[in-house]
Parts: sequence; structure tokens; C-alpha cells
Amino acid sequence: MIKQKKYLNEFDIALRGFRKNRVAMLCVYTLLFLYFTAIFADFLSPYSYKNEDRNYSYSPATPVHFVDEGKLTWPYINGLELTYNEYHARIYQTDRSVKHSLKFLVKGDEYKLLGFIPTDVHFFGIEGEGRLYLLGADSRGRDLFSRLLYGGRVSLSIGLIGVLISFSIGLIIGGAAGFYGGKIDNLLMRLCEMVMMVPGFYLLLALRAAVPDDFNSVQVYFSIIVILSFIGWAGLARIIRGMCLSLRERDYVLAARTLGVSDFTIIVKHILPHTLSYSIFAIMLSIPGYILGEAALSLLALGIQDPFASWGNMLSDAMSIVRIKFAPWILWPAFFIFLTVICFNVIGNALRDALDPMLKSEGQN
Amino acid sequence: MFKYVIKRLLIAIPMLLGIALLTFILMRLTPGNYFDALKLDPQISKETIAHYEKLYQLDKPMFVQFMYWVKNLLHFELGHSFHYNIPVSKIIGGRLFNTFVLSFASFFLTWCVAIPLGILAAVHRNKMIDQIIQFLSYICLSLPSFFLAMILLFWTSQSGALPLGGMYSPNFEDLNFLEKVVDILKHLAIPTIALSIGSIAALQRIMRGNMLEVLGQKYILTARSKGLSEKKVVYHHALKNAINPLITLLGYEFSSLLSGAALIEIICSWPGLGSLMLTAVRSKDIYLVMASMLMGGFLFILGNLLADIALAKVDPRIRYD
Repeated sequence: MIKQKKYLNEFDIALRGFRKNRVAMLCVYTLLFLYFTAIFADFLSPYSYKNEDRNYSYSPATPVHFVDEGKLTWPYINGLELTYNEYHARIYQTDRSVKHSLKFLVKGDEYKLLGFIPTDVHFFGIEGEGRLYLLGADSRGRDLFSRLLYGGRVSLSIGLIGVLISFSIGLIIGGAAGFYGGKIDNLLMRLCEMVMMVPGFYLLLALRAAVPDDFNSVQVYFSIIVILSFIGWAGLARIIRGMCLSLRERDYVLAARTLGVSDFTIIVKHILPHTLSYSIFAIMLSIPGYILGEAALSLLALGIQDPFASWGNMLSDAMSIVRIKFAPWILWPAFFIFLTVICFNVIGNALRDALDPMLKSEGQN
Repeated sequence: MFKYVIKRLLIAIPMLLGIALLTFILMRLTPGNYFDALKLDPQISKETIAHYEKLYQLDKPMFVQFMYWVKNLLHFELGHSFHYNIPVSKIIGGRLFNTFVLSFASFFLTWCVAIPLGILAAVHRNKMIDQIIQFLSYICLSLPSFFLAMILLFWTSQSGALPLGGMYSPNFEDLNFLEKVVDILKHLAIPTIALSIGSIAALQRIMRGNMLEVLGQKYILTARSKGLSEKKVVYHHALKNAINPLITLLGYEFSSLLSGAALIEIICSWPGLGSLMLTAVRSKDIYLVMASMLMGGFLFILGNLLADIALAKVDPRIRYD
């Protein structure tokens, strides 16, 4: 039997180079883990995002103990006792007499797994009176850990959907401008420049002003995505246009034209695929912008509204310095934003390095 | 050159008008105006509100309103701010200056730190010091500026080393000139650092890349082979060619700087254009929003133009005719 030799195309080679980058692969796994926790947030979190107990406002974390009186035991947490000092400030004290053992697959708040399976089983939690705060509580006594998982849904998905929308617009407009040239090019590029001319954050605020006040949270979520994509497409369109200007002079485009292929098909099928290697890492490097944009809007109470969680609106608590002092755990969302952003940055740069030979052969630089 | 500058400025006019129109439409997409909040106040009569709405042409159709605004613009009037009840131009000048101070400080810090770091990293490529710089730059690049500002504000609230937010101390008026400058610099420290860390990391990476590219060129080999000292090769031959491409970035950098500054201004309560924009958007102070957007666009055009002129000055190969 003749062994068939497997040919590697450029992408396979690039992928191979990427896989060798251990830091980048670590980031890929971290992101996959974060997305996994976001998808199964309702199952993995002990409480729902709006399960509140105002008696536990800014309650500190309840550490999980594995050792009881020198002996290894089933993990448990102690109860919390609330007292007030002479200035009526809340003081939480650990009540060692009360023990809640940690249980897996406990019944809790009802939710729909994956959006359609109604259930009330949570991966872990405690039963009875006490509250489990792995990372502490927020102002209304909601579990920060649970809200972080739920918040990840908004913050992580906004980046992906936003980038998809703005890249579709950017590719089409950039492709059309580069392919047709002349007046269309001129008009489209002036449009791009207009969007790029205004500082992004100002445009963000102005666009946000156009969103009606009576939108519900889902509508606000989608309008934020649309707003962020509206700002993001222009930069990409310009670069794609530059690439298309040279690509349209290639012989295979002429061949396609001679065969009578429609302009749209030529742009989508013959020209845009050649901008793919650039687009791939540009996508990775622009996702952080969307995550930070949402965070900035929510931070100013213009984004996702309470009780729904996003990493940005959870951080709006931290706008007051006093709260950071007494409840430093409210800064956790910032850590997760940082973690996500650094992962995308590392992956984007690693992809650029891996795709570098392809980029060079496609005539940039 | 002069002709080129004029041409660029003329092209900018329709685009600025476009921005104003876009802002105007965006602000009018949602129903209601600034006076809606006042209508709920029983102490203000309906006649008064009707009078004001008539005064500022808010009772006219949208397009007519916009044309009134354009007419005023020809007289260099940017409209009237409802919230502050004075002409927009009177507020915006001072705010623009404050934003400019912050942006310039950040700009200065970024370039002064990033360029030497980039050179250092490129010269010691793949050595320990380069790896440390690259590692730190990844972290700084990914650190959200608002988070950094929060941490810095928290730190200073604990240590009391720097003033907490704002631009002036309460006793600013009593200080002499030197003390005034020191006072503003103290207030400037936190927002500037929060704003610059990310751009330092980004610029450092670009500088390193450029420097490495230039150091690989043949004329550097020539310079080395004729026995020049490494210092002379790097600073005399390579540096200039590595910096030139950065100057084009300068203009774009300025726009993103303004954008980033807005959020930091709000968090550090720096009285700049960004925090003005937020209050204006929230209270539907429409002409103030339009003016802020215009100023943002104008600064961008100015930044790009200055960058192009600077590039032509340092690089004799570039001519605008």
C-alpha cells in the first residue's frame, strides 16, 4: 500500500507553531475554562445572581475548613454572627459553634440549565440557615462568587458577539471600498474617518444616549453590543481596504471577472479569504476592547443594570474608596477582567507570530 | 506645505459637521429634552418652560433646530448649555484646557519612559532584562486603566501621599505661582499614571519592534564593520530611523488618549472634557454634547496634522506637494 503523504497547508504550519507556544496554550485553556464556567454559571454557582440577604451586606468570605480540632474532616464552613460596634458599623464574627458542611449537588434556587432544562440542583452549596460566601458578599448580601460566574456570561459574550458584528461590517465595507475604489472608496473612507475621529469613549456616551430608558435588560445588553461594534468597525475597514487595493489587481481576480462572477462573490470568496490571517489575530486583539468598553459603561451605571450581573457593574461598587477599604473583595471582578484581557492579548500576539510568514507572503509590510 | 495644511483643514470641515449632525440625531432619537425634568417641578410654571423651549428653538422641528445651530456656529457660537445656563463656549474652553493638561502630561510620561525602555529591550534582545520588560508590558497592557486608578486612589487614601481627585486644593487661590504649579502636579499624578501605564507598554513594544527591524538593516552592519562603538550605532544610526514610524502613530495615539482620559477623568473627578460630556449626556444638554464631540474630533484632526508636519520635518524623504 502506498502511504499517502499528508500535505500541510500554511494554516496547519501556523497552528503547529502556535501550539508550541506554551504560555499561549495556557491562556487558551484558561479562557476555555472561563467560558465553561460562564455557560454553566447557574449550575456551578451556589446561589442565583439575585439571591440576596440584606443581613449579610458586605459580609466577608466564609473560609472553607478542612481540619477540625486537629483532625481532617469533610469540608465545612462556620456561621457568621453580625454585631455592631459603638459607631453602628457592621462587624462580622465567626461563630465557631455553628458548622455547615459543604454538600455537592444540593437543592437551591431554581434555574434552567442551558436555557431549557428546569432544575434546582447546584454543583455545591450548603443546606439550612447559613450562607456560603466563597469570596464575600456585595452590598445586598449577594454571593460575589455566584455573581462573578453570572457576570462572566455578559462580559465574555459581549466580546465575542461584538467582534463578530463589527468584523462583518468592517470586512464588507473595507472589501467594497478596496475593490471598487474611486468614489465609493472615497465616500466609505470618509465615513470611517468620521467614526475614528471622535474619541471612542465620547462616541460611546453619545450612542448610549440614543438608547431609550425603558429598554429591558436584554434589550440594553444587545444595544450595548451594537454600540460597541459601531465604534469598532472603522479601524478594521481601513486596513482591509488597504489589503484589497492590492489584492484586486491579482490575476485570479481578473480570471474570476472574466468568467463573469458577480462582484459580491469575488469580494467574499476570492478577496476576503486572503485577509483572513490578518483578521484572525486582529479579532483576538480587539476583543479586550469590547470587554473593557462594557465594563466602562457599566461602571458608570450606563450599562447592564442591577440586579443583573456583569463584571463592570459589579465594579461600580468599588467607585467609592471607603467600600474598597472595608470590603476589598469587591475588586475581584477587576481581576477577572484583567485575566481575560491578558489571555486574549497573549493569544493574539502568539497568533500574529505564528501567522507571520503568511502575512508577509500576502503583501503587507 | 502651507497649501497642504489648508487643504487638510478644509476637508475636515464637512466631517466635523457630519459628527455634529450625527450627535444631534443620536441625542434626539430618544424623546424628551432637558426641560422634561423641570416639568415635574410644580414650582416652575408651564409658561416658563414654554418660554425657554421657544427661546432655544426646542419647539421647532429637528432639522430647523440643527440649521439654527449651524447658523450660530458661523458666528462662532456653539449654542447654549441648559444645565449651566451659560453659552457652551464659556464652559468648554476651560474644560478643554484641563483635558489637554492631563493628556499632555500622560503623553509626555509615555514617550519619556516607553522610548528608552523599547531601546533597552531591543538592544538586550532575549536577555533577562528584555524578558522582564516584555513580561511587565504584557501585564500593564492588560491592566484596565480604571482599575489602576481605583487602586491608586485607594492607596493614596490610606497613605495620604497625594490629594484624592480633583484638580486644585481648596486653598488654591491663596498659593503663589510656584505652589500652584506644584499643587496641580500633585493632583495630576494619579490620573496621569493610570492613563499612561497601558500606553507605555504598548509604545514600548512598538519601539522595540521598530528598533529590532532597523538593527537588522545592512547599513547598521556597515556602521558596525567600520568600527563604530555600539553606542554610536544605536543612538546615532538606528534610533532616528526607528522613531520615525512612531510619529505617524502620534496623531492616532492622541485620539485614543482623549478617549481613555475621559473615563479616568470621571473616576478621579478631574474637571475635563470627558466628565463634562458625561454630565451633559445624562442631563440631555444637547448643545454641550455636540460641542464636546466637535472638540474631540477637532483635537484628533489637529493631532494628526501636527504628526504629519512633524514627520515631514524629521524625515527629509517625505514631502507634501
